[in-house]
Amino acid sequence: MWDLLLAPFMIRAVIAAAVTGLAAPGIGTYLVQRRLSLMGDGIGHICVTGVALGLLTGTSPTYTAVVVAVIGAILIELIRASGRATGDLALALLFYGGIAGGLVLVQLAGNGAFALQGYLFGSITTISYDDVVVSVVLAGVVVVAALALLPQLFAVSYDEDFARASGIPVWFYNTLVSVLAAVTVSVAMRTVGLLLVSALMIIPVATSQQFTRSFRTTMLAAMLGGLFASLAGVVVSAFLNLPPGATIVLVALAGFVATSPIGMVLQARRRARVPYAPEALPLHEQSEERHGHVHGPGCGHLAIEHGDHVDYVHDGHRHAVHVTGEGQHYDEH
Amino acid sequence: MTGSSSGSPVLTLDRVGIVLGGRPIVRDVSLEVGPGQVVAILGANGSGKSTLVKSLVGLNPVSQGSVSLFGTPLPRFRHWERVGYVPQRSTVGTGVPATVREVVTSGRVARRTPFRPMSRAGRDAVSAALELVGMADRAGHAVGTLSGGQQQRVLVARTLAGEPDLLLLDEPNAGVDHASQEAIAETLGGRADAGASVVVVLHELGPFAPLIDRVVALREGRVTYDGPPDQLTEGAAHGHHHLFHDDGLGPPMHAPLERGH
Repeated sequence: MWDLLLAPFMIRAVIAAAVTGLAAPGIGTYLVQRRLSLMGDGIGHICVTGVALGLLTGTSPTYTAVVVAVIGAILIELIRASGRATGDLALALLFYGGIAGGLVLVQLAGNGAFALQGYLFGSITTISYDDVVVSVVLAGVVVVAALALLPQLFAVSYDEDFARASGIPVWFYNTLVSVLAAVTVSVAMRTVGLLLVSALMIIPVATSQQFTRSFRTTMLAAMLGGLFASLAGVVVSAFLNLPPGATIVLVALAGFVATSPIGMVLQARRRARVPYAPEALPLHEQSEERHGHVHGPGCGHLAIEHGDHVDYVHDGHRHAVHVTGEGQHYDEH
Repeated sequence: MTGSSSGSPVLTLDRVGIVLGGRPIVRDVSLEVGPGQVVAILGANGSGKSTLVKSLVGLNPVSQGSVSLFGTPLPRFRHWERVGYVPQRSTVGTGVPATVREVVTSGRVARRTPFRPMSRAGRDAVSAALELVGMADRAGHAVGTLSGGQQQRVLVARTLAGEPDLLLLDEPNAGVDHASQEAIAETLGGRADAGASVVVVLHELGPFAPLIDRVVALREGRVTYDGPPDQLTEGAAHGHHHLFHDDGLGPPMHAPLERGH
């Protein structure tokens, strides 16, 4: 057993898997917040052209994929910034142009589409020493940027209008997230493959956010989950002779499925603590009692939080202020 | 605090017009806000009041006329940390979970240097802002689990954490319970007393009434009233009724709530 785990190709695979598993959910947390969960998939499509260019020119497909993916990411942000109505369609054109262009270029390079298989589905066990070094460096850049620029990237991802009104360079930070996602896709291409890379960016985030209250904790837990899924997936696939990329994604998915019942219970309990939605409140009887004062902090009546407002105990029953166009009165709660 | 004569103007609008998608939304609005002044912009839905406020922070283009912030024309203005914008509560609390403290901390972003941890003063400002809106005991809660009113208070605290000299709020009362409306009004009153200027877009004055120095009413993008709030009510009662009823505002302004026991 140790022979297999300590074989040089296996050590390279484990290192590549570990750095991918850390980086992908790190940047994926921002994508989920920006509602761009499928962005990794789109960049993956564009990467096909990058890989094909590498095969065509005889350079390492990892390098050409990074360059093409980063250009694609900047184009995506330019399209998104230019307007909203046509942006969605323009992205689709970019993504499918990327995959179709890549297939044609591969054919021109004299390889069949078969040559792409290792990049579409990952080929972590054949990864070279150089590729491992590049992966570690690029994934390291992604992890450091995702953690160190959290205040800026969180502000921009959480509320773009507020960030813009704060005067910080919103387009720069948005593009940075997309470029980091592009770099991650290029790194993960060898590990889980272009078709599955988005899964490793998103699933660990979906798993961790069931249990967390803070953005930072969600990100860190997702990175740990991604690391675990990648390492477990590589080892399991080696022993059971399964495709590593798909196994990593299945382990991540299994983690989500296994934890979701606990997650659902937690969410239900949290929701129970959340005040009622205002429209769900039944109509209350209007109180005819006159008040010499407006209930408020320090009015002398016991204040009780009730849903989205405060009730004041008044002669043994509860009064809630109801403001209408005509003025205000008290409801019995 | 009434009147714009005290000190140089914080915000100046000179014949401002805003055109969005070829349609004029705001027409010929002139306004001057001085230090410590609290101005309410009132109007029905579609009157252009939110569009106007968004333009003041650069979210919409100013098509005609000019806007100056602290004496600097908007296109050349760079001191955005002095301006605090509170957007309408819409997408708050969706997506990845975030705590109240994280969201309020993001209000400091204009004052922070990338790759540097937040300063002691910054952390104090965040805690003070949480305290002001009465959310300090919920700092560790996920924003998504709060009520609408509490979320709105978090958004006000986020802006206060940036310690702005000019506050621009877009309908802070929409879908907010009365207790939170009063908490927000009280907080803003305190900031105004400390010298900050406040421009607040409102559907009706509500608990804000006691703070407001001046009301600017908009209808179809034009100013239909500009003056103290009490005369607005009086005006509505003396034949200018149509100004406030034709546009669907309903009876918008009730007299300030009676306080005292």
